[in-house]
Amino acid sequence: MEVIYNILEAVIPFEFIKYPFMANALVAIILITPVFAILGTMIVNNKMAFFSDALGHSALTGIAIGMILGITNINVGMILFAVVFALALNYVKNKTTYGADTIISVFSSIAIALGLAMLSQNGKFNTYSSYLVGDIISISPTEILYVFLAAIFVYTFWYLTFNKLNVISINTTLAKSKGINVKKIDNIFVVLIAVMVMISIRWIGILLINSLLILPAASSRNIAKNMRQYHLFAVLISLFSGIAGLIISYYFNMGIGPIIVLISGAIYFVTLLGKKK
Amino acid sequence: MEKICGLHCTKISNIGVTFGKDIILKDVSIHVHCGELTVIIGRNGAGKSTLLKAILGEIPHTGDITFVDKKDNLAKRIKIGYVPQHINIEKHMPTTVYDLFASCISHVPVFLKKDKKIYEEIKEHLKTYGAETLIDKSIGDLSGGELQRVLISIATKGNPNLLILDEPVSGIDKNGIKDFYEIINKLKAEYDMSIILVSHDLELAKRYADKVILLDKEVIKEGTPETVFSSLEFKNRFGEL
Repeated sequence: MEVIYNILEAVIPFEFIKYPFMANALVAIILITPVFAILGTMIVNNKMAFFSDALGHSALTGIAIGMILGITNINVGMILFAVVFALALNYVKNKTTYGADTIISVFSSIAIALGLAMLSQNGKFNTYSSYLVGDIISISPTEILYVFLAAIFVYTFWYLTFNKLNVISINTTLAKSKGINVKKIDNIFVVLIAVMVMISIRWIGILLINSLLILPAASSRNIAKNMRQYHLFAVLISLFSGIAGLIISYYFNMGIGPIIVLISGAIYFVTLLGKKK
Repeated sequence: MEKICGLHCTKISNIGVTFGKDIILKDVSIHVHCGELTVIIGRNGAGKSTLLKAILGEIPHTGDITFVDKKDNLAKRIKIGYVPQHINIEKHMPTTVYDLFASCISHVPVFLKKDKKIYEEIKEHLKTYGAETLIDKSIGDLSGGELQRVLISIATKGNPNLLILDEPVSGIDKNGIKDFYEIINKLKAEYDMSIILVSHDLELAKRYADKVILLDKEVIKEGTPETVFSSLEFKNRFGEL
């Protein structure tokens, strides 16, 4: 970590970087935002924004399970819950021939309610309210390592299976005819989103996590002409929003998460104006 | 592609599909020979699309599909090409023809770089269908006819033994549809491939089909277009054509 701090101090012309927690936050943002941006490209293509929103909400129950198990860190219980929830949600979504949004909403509501019920026991909910908007400056070097490993995992999966995901998003039967195991890849994809959401939820927050998935990709989709641009712009937009959000929130003493989302939101509208005709 | 020989045959035997308690397809058996266009017709809900999905193995079903080479009478692994009726696209979407095509045939991730070799290979294949100029266009910006050419091109890449097409019903004009049938005619005449088409346009089916299958959960009637279209079973379902 020491090496990274030194590099950051040398490269970044802002005094805040001298504080380790700000340096940690910056590293975390640089790691997390591009991962969300690339996952977002397929979420947006597949019109799954609501689906991923439900996954974000399920994190509340995941946190509650984590608390009950008595460990405050990321733990197996939370991850396991995320996996099961994502698979169940995906199964039900694919089974329903009508109104997938309704069933997603049912799942989402139950996950929020269950999480709130568990966390609010004995009037303790205030302790956990930071999970709603996240608290990235509290991230520790060990936690950064977890995030780093998760990011490597996602990138590897993306490298190996993106083409397949792309065909599936265009037409599942076409994908099947090209020998692609549609169900397997689709399930791994949603599990990956769920796990990444669960790992990042403490720092990003339940209310904001879906915007991090959707906004950079949606903005990029407005202006990109092919898959290479789509990914590149999404990653750049997410990095820019993340880093700018951190700097602005430091100088104006506001929550980092909301500022990041506001910046990406503003970028979305700018790209909408510049939309390809 | 291999030239037509008339010695290959795809046997689709006793396909059955049930969803819960509903029987969607019952005991459907179809034989198709290479160089032959078999057209499946039937009302909405007759199980046409379900049959295609069953043949492609996308949904659980009973029965089986075998591909036989009559030269040596051995069953071989069948390669199936599929042209969907409808794909998930939007205007100006950031997926080009190259992106979709390369995703189907290559492992080099299309978000990273354009692979020169694959790019040329795709362009060459698109040329067969007069679609090589579309390679860098967004698939959301193609006309209905152009999209069909691209999809047929993707489906026929890798020399499938059986080509399955779900005829487009919307977003394609009369000329586009005629164009579509002309391409199929050419494929059937020049390549060693059996073709099954699910048709929603009875007029054109009558004109181009070698064999027509009237489906309504099971095979109700099959034979030459004349036989099927003049049958009582056909008239009961569609009236006089």
